[in-house]
Amino acid sequence: MDLNYTPEEDAFRAEVKAFLAEKLTPDLANKVAQGRELTKQDHDHWHATLNARGWLAGNWPAEYGGAAWDAVQRHIFEEECAMANAPRIVPFGLAMLGPVLQKFGNDAQKKHWLPRILNGDDWWCQGYSEPGAGSDLASLKTRAVRDGDHYIVNGQKTWTTLGQHANMIFCLVRTNPDVKAQEGISFLLIDMNTAGVEVRPIVLLDGSAEVNEVWLTNVRVPVENLVGDENKGWTYAKYLLTHERTNIAGVGFSTAGLEAVKRIARTEMAGGRPLIENPFFAARLAQVEIDLMAMAATNLRVISQAASGQAPGVESSMLKVKGTLIRQEINDLARRAAGPYALPFASEAMEETNDAIGPDYAATVTTRYLNNRKLSIYGGSNEVQRQIIAKTALGAMR
Amino acid sequence: MNFELTEERQMLQDTLRRFLRTCYTTEFRNGVIASDQGYSPKIWTDLAELGVIGALFNEDQGGFGGTGFDIATVFEELGRAGVVEPFLETGLLAGRLLNQQDMIDQIIAGQLQLAFAHAEPNSRYDLNDVSTLATMLANKIVLNGRKAVVANAEAADYLIISARESGDDISFFLVPRDTKGMKLQGYPMTDGGRAAEVILDDVTIDVTSRIGIPGQALNQIETTIAAATVALCAEALGLMETAIQLTIDYLGTRKQFGKPIGSFQALQHRMADMLIELEQVRSIVILAAGHLETAPNIRDRYVSAAKNLIGRVGRLVAEESIQMHGGIAMTEEYELAHIAKRIIMIDHKLGDTDYHLERFIALSA
Repeated sequence: MDLNYTPEEDAFRAEVKAFLAEKLTPDLANKVAQGRELTKQDHDHWHATLNARGWLAGNWPAEYGGAAWDAVQRHIFEEECAMANAPRIVPFGLAMLGPVLQKFGNDAQKKHWLPRILNGDDWWCQGYSEPGAGSDLASLKTRAVRDGDHYIVNGQKTWTTLGQHANMIFCLVRTNPDVKAQEGISFLLIDMNTAGVEVRPIVLLDGSAEVNEVWLTNVRVPVENLVGDENKGWTYAKYLLTHERTNIAGVGFSTAGLEAVKRIARTEMAGGRPLIENPFFAARLAQVEIDLMAMAATNLRVISQAASGQAPGVESSMLKVKGTLIRQEINDLARRAAGPYALPFASEAMEETNDAIGPDYAATVTTRYLNNRKLSIYGGSNEVQRQIIAKTALGAMR
Repeated sequence: MNFELTEERQMLQDTLRRFLRTCYTTEFRNGVIASDQGYSPKIWTDLAELGVIGALFNEDQGGFGGTGFDIATVFEELGRAGVVEPFLETGLLAGRLLNQQDMIDQIIAGQLQLAFAHAEPNSRYDLNDVSTLATMLANKIVLNGRKAVVANAEAADYLIISARESGDDISFFLVPRDTKGMKLQGYPMTDGGRAAEVILDDVTIDVTSRIGIPGQALNQIETTIAAATVALCAEALGLMETAIQLTIDYLGTRKQFGKPIGSFQALQHRMADMLIELEQVRSIVILAAGHLETAPNIRDRYVSAAKNLIGRVGRLVAEESIQMHGGIAMTEEYELAHIAKRIIMIDHKLGDTDYHLERFIALSA
């Protein structure tokens, strides 16, 4: 047992801190801290900044231009970025598609697509969920039929995050409807400028429009855009989901969120003293801090195992559930702390300019609370995760 | 013991439920919320004609109700339909503070809009935290200060504004919205409707604008806030009934893994917990409504108990209803989105869960 980072890891952390201090502008950090919507330019700018330093693809091997960090280094980087309120790295190309192409793509695909991801030539989005296929993803119906050297794709994808910025989408499509659901799925790369692709925004309950429906009508996709083998897409999809689950615990986001709540609670007065001294509020704040402390250590235990080569199993499901519950509890404390000024609807505040209504910290507490209800729904809902955890312990009981 | 509604209240409930179910659809409501006005004058008049506002006043005032149970009956139905029109502001908060019969007649007829400008930027939920000043100047009163998150301010014909007079006690004043020196900074609310920051810069009014006895406002404000809090709790009950009904319907129709998701025991038990808590809420609303006309310390203990419980259960029901639906409930066009927001935002009105827990403890000592 040694609860300390190695001197090398501490040095790496210092290096990350110095980089963030130098390169992350206060304007951009404030925007992230206040939960305002980032523009495509904001994301592109931050990706380019990281890429110039060779840090955009921490999880990629060096041969593809990645930083080839181990799990501990990745954790340190993600934690520092979250606490400095750096924009999150848009995961679709870098964390999701990249690893799939590296493992299952052919040489031509790797050579063409991977550099474009790093350089920001393509903005990828994810075509997984469908209106009828959510938790039961394998029941997806979007159909791809081979026609000479093309596939003809028809169907509808949904909850496509930041699809409005994307020019490329990786899709799970059904290529064989006559076999077991998981065995007839293929993994296709689709250019969104192809005729028949239509993106429609979905307005969410917080007024944001970050997710979309993607309609595919007789879309012609060249067969060279098939990744791996036809009908083996489910294997690749599952591989991708294990990568989606890195940083699933969101320790850095929770740590930054907790600090933000404390700032609000030190400023807000309740019954003549700072809210942070109110025993009811202080008790709830302390409890979530204790939960986070323990969860961060669980996360490090899993990371430490992963760094020594053991693939995380059921632990990532546990971290997904606990991590999202803690983040949501922190979001709830923030909205409570803001008091009556949580009432104004701050869609305007999500954009660049707005006349301040009440204290600046109150502007987005409600939208963030509402928007982050998604955390326990997406990426495999918490119900699905609990099912995985229970099945692992109990086996398939019938 | 009899927990049945009286025949009159039952009729009012049935009428309201039927009317709102037909007229106040999700599409209609979303249109109202997106409008510049933030409320529908047509629905306002229609509901006034059905007696919604009259039920909030007693017979001496020209109404036909005014008790806790009348308020609860009306607001449970307004909640069930997710109504955003300012019945709380005009009918209860400001309406109860008025003593001019001609104005009350106009309110009941649906011809007058009011707002209650009491809370200030730093007062949070403390009713006694008023810094706005009312200064006597040559037989006139001059108001200076700032009022925070004043619901319905822009639509109001008059605002009732609280301020401290010499001697440090709180009075309130009836001020026409277009009075010189009063500036409104308006905005939409998360759960529909509009509010404004009200900036008072040498607002000069006649002494006759004062309502009631100088410096004696606080008691009356507390009585009014108690009634309004019962209304909010009843509204929350109605909202939760809708959230749960939508979830029940969805669990029965949404299929994953080849069967309705309601067939999964993990979801069934969570639904059962919500139904148990819903009955707890129904009971605490009855208790609070039934004690609204009792002595203030008894009344407020029940009121705080109710607001605390609906705060806790409200969060459970809003969050669990969304979670059990999945992504669809995150979309603005689905009814639950509005219903859930309204439930959560009630926790930010007239004292939150912790505030009322603290007050309940103080009143129980």
